[in-house]
Amino acid sequence: MENPNITPIKLNAVGLSKKDYDGVPSTLCKGCGHNSIASQVVQVGFELNLRPHEIIKLSGIGCSSKSPAYFLGMSHGFNALHGRMPSVATGALLANHTLKAIGVSGDGDTGSIGLGQFKHLLRRNVRMVYIVENNGVYGLTKGQFSATAEEGLTLKYAGRNEFPPIDLCMEAIIAGCGFVARSFAGDAKQVRELLKAALSHRGTALLDIISPCVAFNNEDDSPKSYGYGTKHEKPLHELGFIPYAEEISIKPLEPGELRTVRLHDGSLLSLRNLGHDYDPTDKYAAIERLQRAQETGEFITGLIYYNPDRPSLAEVEGLSTPLAQLSAEQLRPSRAALEQFLQAYR
Amino acid sequence: MNVLERQQEAGLATQPIINDFSLVVATANGTGSQTANLTLLRSFFKLGIPVHGKNIFPSNIQGLPTWYHIRVSHEGYIARKPSEILVAFNPATAHEDLQELPSGGVCIYNADLKNLPRRDDVVYYPVPVSELISGIEVPVKRKPYIANMAYVGVVAWMLGVPLEVVEEALGAQFDYRQKLVESNMQVVQRAFAWASENLRKKDPYRLSPMNKTEGLILMTGNEAGALGAVFGGVSVAAWYPITPSTSFMDALRDFLPKLRKDQNGKPTYAVIQAEDELAAAGIVIGAGWAGARALTATSGPGISLMAEFASYGYFAEVPAVIWDIQRVGPSTGLPTRTSQGDVAFVYTLGHGDTKHPILFPSSIEECFEFGWRSLDLAEQLQTPVFVLSDLDLGMNNWMGRPFEYPDQPLQRGKVLRAEELEALGGFARYKDVDGDGIPYRTLPGTPHPLAAYFTRGSGHNEQAQYSERADDWERNMARLARKFETARNLMPAPAIDLHPSARVGIIAYGTTRYAIEEARDRLARQLPTSFLRLRALPINQQVRDFVAAHERVYVIELNRDGQMHSILQSEMPAYAARLRSIAHLDGLPLTAQWVQTRLLKEEANG
Repeated sequence: MENPNITPIKLNAVGLSKKDYDGVPSTLCKGCGHNSIASQVVQVGFELNLRPHEIIKLSGIGCSSKSPAYFLGMSHGFNALHGRMPSVATGALLANHTLKAIGVSGDGDTGSIGLGQFKHLLRRNVRMVYIVENNGVYGLTKGQFSATAEEGLTLKYAGRNEFPPIDLCMEAIIAGCGFVARSFAGDAKQVRELLKAALSHRGTALLDIISPCVAFNNEDDSPKSYGYGTKHEKPLHELGFIPYAEEISIKPLEPGELRTVRLHDGSLLSLRNLGHDYDPTDKYAAIERLQRAQETGEFITGLIYYNPDRPSLAEVEGLSTPLAQLSAEQLRPSRAALEQFLQAYR
Repeated sequence: MNVLERQQEAGLATQPIINDFSLVVATANGTGSQTANLTLLRSFFKLGIPVHGKNIFPSNIQGLPTWYHIRVSHEGYIARKPSEILVAFNPATAHEDLQELPSGGVCIYNADLKNLPRRDDVVYYPVPVSELISGIEVPVKRKPYIANMAYVGVVAWMLGVPLEVVEEALGAQFDYRQKLVESNMQVVQRAFAWASENLRKKDPYRLSPMNKTEGLILMTGNEAGALGAVFGGVSVAAWYPITPSTSFMDALRDFLPKLRKDQNGKPTYAVIQAEDELAAAGIVIGAGWAGARALTATSGPGISLMAEFASYGYFAEVPAVIWDIQRVGPSTGLPTRTSQGDVAFVYTLGHGDTKHPILFPSSIEECFEFGWRSLDLAEQLQTPVFVLSDLDLGMNNWMGRPFEYPDQPLQRGKVLRAEELEALGGFARYKDVDGDGIPYRTLPGTPHPLAAYFTRGSGHNEQAQYSERADDWERNMARLARKFETARNLMPAPAIDLHPSARVGIIAYGTTRYAIEEARDRLARQLPTSFLRLRALPINQQVRDFVAAHERVYVIELNRDGQMHSILQSEMPAYAARLRSIAHLDGLPLTAQWVQTRLLKEEANG
């Protein structure tokens, strides 16, 4: 008999509660942007009815890369080497291309030590969500500038940054990435909708999320602070994810108000116009918009570029049964095959 | 009249030398001489005579000198040996090459070579190349290639190789593409006919058919290793091109589509050319973690870049196979020459108390066997396993018995599936349940709520949870050391040839065996020796017993510092004094003569 005094735990379609998508408690600083991103991953896992065993979570090294421990505790995790998560993810997803992968990296991990692997992951279009928790500084080593820090930025510990920033979204578009988004850890809803859409993408989906470092880079005048982000975030559109199974019933109230993009698994992402119509399928316009934003210091967020045409690495390789699940018979040719093969060498 | 001719006139000619000599072909790189040389090699092989060829080539695509050494030996010796017969087709090196011929040697030279010095004690045979290839119908760019067939014809005449044998060898070389075989064979025939009409045989060297290669195959070590991996179920391979490992991956990419498609014609493998060796190692570690049988192939400089992942793989316990086809030196060093220079580096590659199992193939049979066995061992031991081959073995053609089909089913190691997890009620990733130091793992995708664990390079406890506790660290490292003890008896045992009265032992590994085996035979009366050939590290009890049973044990190897010697000394400190090092590196494979001389010298010194 049900106890009327206890609210029943809400379960999703795969019989899991939201708590089942939790990880271990975070050891990051209180208020760290990374924690709010981790909590959105938990929320999205619950809302999308993800089966934890079908997910792998990977990371490099740094504060950001600790966060996979803080979500999806029932999924296999791999905390790799500094800047080398892309190669590990590539290998893991070749071994089993049916897994969904969520990678978490930082601006140092991706923009400095791992820039090479990052770009090659995108070239190969390995199907995964690649989150960069971007705060412009190295937290674990006490606040040095990373490669995404703004030119001229002055911080108490690091001094003045003399070098131009690397824009990871621009790098991604140039490398051939078909899902490039920027967001703000303080904009939970947008992070969530982008995460959902990214999980439905055909190849690598980059989420460059500005995620303030409360310890070393959170003065209100710093573009990667909470204060600045909250005040200056300029979404290109309002995003809404519509899962494949549901009947699609979104209609623009007036012409030009709404765009929708169809994602690889059949779900849709709606982009509601916020004053200006932004077309994320126009590659040149996307690069131009990013360039302009960098020059004027605008903090634009949203789905910046989208192109589902390129096949994923697994498609290019023609993979069928996951390689990790092949039988011994499929892995080892017969004795007769060996004998026959050697004939040519006699 | 030269010395040889005068001797012949006087009836002092030496006896014929049958099936026991070396021949060197000197050409410029990029002239297509490899085809001609392999045609000669295959012809001798098809005559049933034990034979081996070594390509000593430059790091260059076109123009620099290259030498191809072929040794035939009715006794079956195939170590490098100075050549008695020179095919001088490279103007740039002809003078020096000629100087290196021993007295009584033969020089077959391109008649276009100007000012070739005359030596009284050498027999000369010209090859009028331009004349022989004129009128042969081949595309202009193939002209230099067929020019090399002219020396094939003259060598065939000189040694008495029947033309049909050459044609068969040529066919195999060109994959039986009729047009190519015909045009090339035409030059061979012309050269053979020209030599028969215009030259008089004045040298003692000839070939006589035997049956010693019957049933054998001829293959490079890299091809054999790649084929072994195909039969070992390799499913993910990643690499960055580097000599001399490139032909390993070329072979793998050639063999996999032929042997490893599923019932629907889909590949049961993926091969990725990575952006560098670091990424190649990362792909292999990621794939091994997720349940693929994964390998990479590289050489010394690539190993440097793989150090961080090798260390990670050891500590996080991820299976991987890394082939190191050793070459000489750091950076480019001598990239096209052979060595055993990575042994010490690889054995402890990584930071912080790492140790890696290593396999040392010495033949194409062992390349094949270690090709599949390494993948078994990596999954059994849940750690990166290295295979240390070398350029000499990897890139040259060797005789071997047809490979034996793997004698055990695929070993997948301790992997728990959902049903087992259910029965056990969970697992602890880094717990030593069986006392052998090897824990249990699960694969991503395993449909059970208790399957997941977190893999990290950070300190962890038995449950794979983050831990900085001193006792957790120490306990885990002690278990890894225990696992390495288990490895001692899982790795292939050494090959031992005990001589009943020998007080001196020799330990070696890899391709130095050929020079050592020949040297032992030649020294059999003067200095009988026992021989232990290591096939793996870490060593097992047999190695200790071998050392214990001999007064002095020479560790012979192809590097400057005696790397294996140092490893064995630290493995067996009680026997350190009786382990002596004989080491040497100049980029070339050892010769039996060098081994003999050094052994006798060391023994004389006490």
